[in-house]
Amino acid sequence: MIEIQSVSHRIGQAQILTDVSLRLERGGVIALAGPNGAGKSTLLSLIARLQPLQQGQIRVDDMQLGQCDDRALARKLAILPQQVNASSRLTVRDLVGFGRYPHHRGRPTAGDRARVEAALAQFDLGPLADRQLETLSGGQRQRAFVAMSYVQDTDFLLLDEPLNNLDLAAARSLMAQLRQLADDQGRTVVIVLHDINYATAYADRIVVLKGGRVVADGAPAETVTAAMLEQVFGTAAPVHSVGGRPVVLV
Amino acid sequence: MAGGRMLRNRMLLLALALLACCLAYLFTGVKGSWEFALMFRGQKLAALLLAGTAQAVAAVLFQTITGNRLLTPSIMGFDALYILLLSGMVFAMGAQQFLLLDRQWVMAGSAVLMCGAALALFGAVLRAGRGDLMRMVLTGVVLAVMLRSITSFLQRVIDPNEYAVVQAASYARFSRAETDLVAIAALLCLVALLAAWRMRFRLDVLALGPVAAVSLGEDPQRGQWQALLVISLLVSVSTALVGPVAFFGLLVTALTYLVLPTHRHAVLLPACAMMAGVVLTGGQWVMERVMHLSTPLSVVVEFLGGLVFLALLLKGLKQ
Amino acid sequence: MARATLIALLALLALVCASLLAGVAGLDARALLTSGEGWELIRDSRLPRTLAALLTGAALAVAGQIMQLIAQNRFVEPMTAGTGQSAVLGILLTSVLLPGAALPVKMALAALTALAGSLGFFAITRRLPPTQPLLVPLVGLVYGGVIGAATAYAAFQADMLQYLEIWLGGEFSGTMRGRYELLWLAGLAALASYLVADQLSILGLGEAVSLNLGLNYRQVVLAGLVVIALVSGLTVVTVGMIPFVGLVVPNLVSRVAGDNLRRSLPVTALAGAALVLAADLAGRLLIHPFEIPAATVIGILGAAVFLWMLYGRGSHAA
Repeated sequence: MIEIQSVSHRIGQAQILTDVSLRLERGGVIALAGPNGAGKSTLLSLIARLQPLQQGQIRVDDMQLGQCDDRALARKLAILPQQVNASSRLTVRDLVGFGRYPHHRGRPTAGDRARVEAALAQFDLGPLADRQLETLSGGQRQRAFVAMSYVQDTDFLLLDEPLNNLDLAAARSLMAQLRQLADDQGRTVVIVLHDINYATAYADRIVVLKGGRVVADGAPAETVTAAMLEQVFGTAAPVHSVGGRPVVLV
Repeated sequence: MAGGRMLRNRMLLLALALLACCLAYLFTGVKGSWEFALMFRGQKLAALLLAGTAQAVAAVLFQTITGNRLLTPSIMGFDALYILLLSGMVFAMGAQQFLLLDRQWVMAGSAVLMCGAALALFGAVLRAGRGDLMRMVLTGVVLAVMLRSITSFLQRVIDPNEYAVVQAASYARFSRAETDLVAIAALLCLVALLAAWRMRFRLDVLALGPVAAVSLGEDPQRGQWQALLVISLLVSVSTALVGPVAFFGLLVTALTYLVLPTHRHAVLLPACAMMAGVVLTGGQWVMERVMHLSTPLSVVVEFLGGLVFLALLLKGLKQ
Repeated sequence: MARATLIALLALLALVCASLLAGVAGLDARALLTSGEGWELIRDSRLPRTLAALLTGAALAVAGQIMQLIAQNRFVEPMTAGTGQSAVLGILLTSVLLPGAALPVKMALAALTALAGSLGFFAITRRLPPTQPLLVPLVGLVYGGVIGAATAYAAFQADMLQYLEIWLGGEFSGTMRGRYELLWLAGLAALASYLVADQLSILGLGEAVSLNLGLNYRQVVLAGLVVIALVSGLTVVTVGMIPFVGLVVPNLVSRVAGDNLRRSLPVTALAGAALVLAADLAGRLLIHPFEIPAATVIGILGAAVFLWMLYGRGSHAA
């Protein structure tokens, strides 16, 4: 469980987050949604200790952020940041292999290698395994980074707008894979999503932020309503129910 | 934008400051014969003013055609090219022969040579770097390192004992500018400055960028070539007089833009030349007469200019 | 890969032999076997010179690689980003303020100023936008220029300009037994970095990925900077500044061997060693009996390669 207690954050003069408190229970896919500048990415990077906490507390299970061992946390929680270095000449296999680093600290065992191969297969990276990252397309590279976070074998997987640069097929298959991770392996996926329809289609719970505050939180059917869209995004988009899920007509 | 009256007042102030610096440089601390001192100092002052004007105007022109206020010909390796050409001449004819040549002709000849070489080299760099400014800058900077290395290579290959001839020309020394070249330098400089002055209104248009320039009926290619030609002449004059100075142009242009916030080259060109004069003569006066330092002014200018560059860059990023 | 390594090793061996035999005093293989003098010459002058070139090259290439990973930018290296200039400033200040200090003390102070210099560089470049990768080397060059000007000022004041030229222009003509051994430390520092090859590779993926993998980002960066500072300080003290090795070699090696340091770092070290030795050899032979400093030879070659990198194949890899 991730427990966020009255977290506030500012960058320079700008107040990014104001008194955010959230409990993210284990299991399932949790989407963070909201307009640009709502503080979604900041919240995610605070949970992943990519930025130091300024105010408030975050606990991941029994670990208190800022006081716990970084390596131990790296075995509990993985994040895929929004911007990744695209010009690296690491091969895909090397990159995915580094996902095991928190476990083996530089001395991979046969078990580590087997997991890497399994991940390569699971994310359809087999044919690309020996290609260098800079030669891949945006979507392929994204898949490689997701595979790296995957083999990190953590209970919590945090992804910051992973659907950027992905076409429809790639985006759907990535979301389906994340869904599967949650359903079959009981992992917890926290994902920042721009497109609210992806959130309603794949997430169990949607947390909506606006102006650094949580303004809606709950199952997709409860949160995504025309009223919420009007209030949060300031746009009058009709919401229809298709197969039990709300769909925003754009 | 600044009003015309403010610009005029500040230009006036700048001119007064320049006058004060020149007078201070000429008349303070004279020991012995006034006649000799004034004669000697007058020549040095002329050399300083010429070199400063040349560097400043060349820098403004270069910043205009590249559309970037962080660039100057020196940063891009123009003066390294000039020194390489000079070394090449010594290499081709031997140091003994070279010393027999009339120095004024050497200067005129190398200025012409410089125009051709700079057009070929930097014309290519500007073409290749179009749309990617940083790459162009980096090219220039690395090119400068390469040119300097080739120069030092040539200087070794020429009899190592004779290469002092060229070495004497290869580092800046405002304190003992080459006064016997002042006449020919003034002539070359005048030609270049006249050309720059005639371009002043076209430069205003070119500064808007190639697209705007074309739509306003001004061919950016042609303007670029002409500006490069003028820059080459000015750089060879200044390098021959006081040697290479990496960040001087940058320092002076930055100060000028600060004092006179305008895009009009009719103001910028003379203002920048005056600012260069103030920095050089004022700085030289302080170093020589007030602080009695042996450190060349160029070192101080280099330090300040580099800091200005970093400050401008970081400030520009914040906005 | 293994074959390429073998070829590289053979080429290096050939260079070493040539370096041992080439010099002002004639020395052919036969004379070597028959006279004791030949051995002495080799032991006191040729071998130290060869080793110095090899160690310098390997250490500089490794230091350049580490700097590029920390900056996440392929266009920086210690000698063109202020670290080398800071080392020179350190030596100069030590020579002025503590003229009697022993060489190891001078070296330690040079390494300290080099460390401060690179910390300053990274303090600036952290504020640069990642979208403009070429700004980083440009800032480095200006930053180095500013430190260089400060150094020149100090040198003028202390009347030590001629020493400055020695430290600024790297060459091996003065290398002899008893005067190059500090370089082994530089080699050792480079070797030690192989122990954290994985951590350094991860560093190249950025701070976020490093933190995510539980890396102590600051610690690893600091360790890397210490290696860079040691290598810069030691090489500048013993042979002077040699530019471009740390820039060109890691880039070329990365094209062939990729960015996983566990595989590529040994190749980088070998290639750097070979490049500097070859440059020194060329400098000795080109205008025999005079010499051209290795730094000059590499200045020309390295700049050419750099421009090729900037415009040639794979220039998108900025």
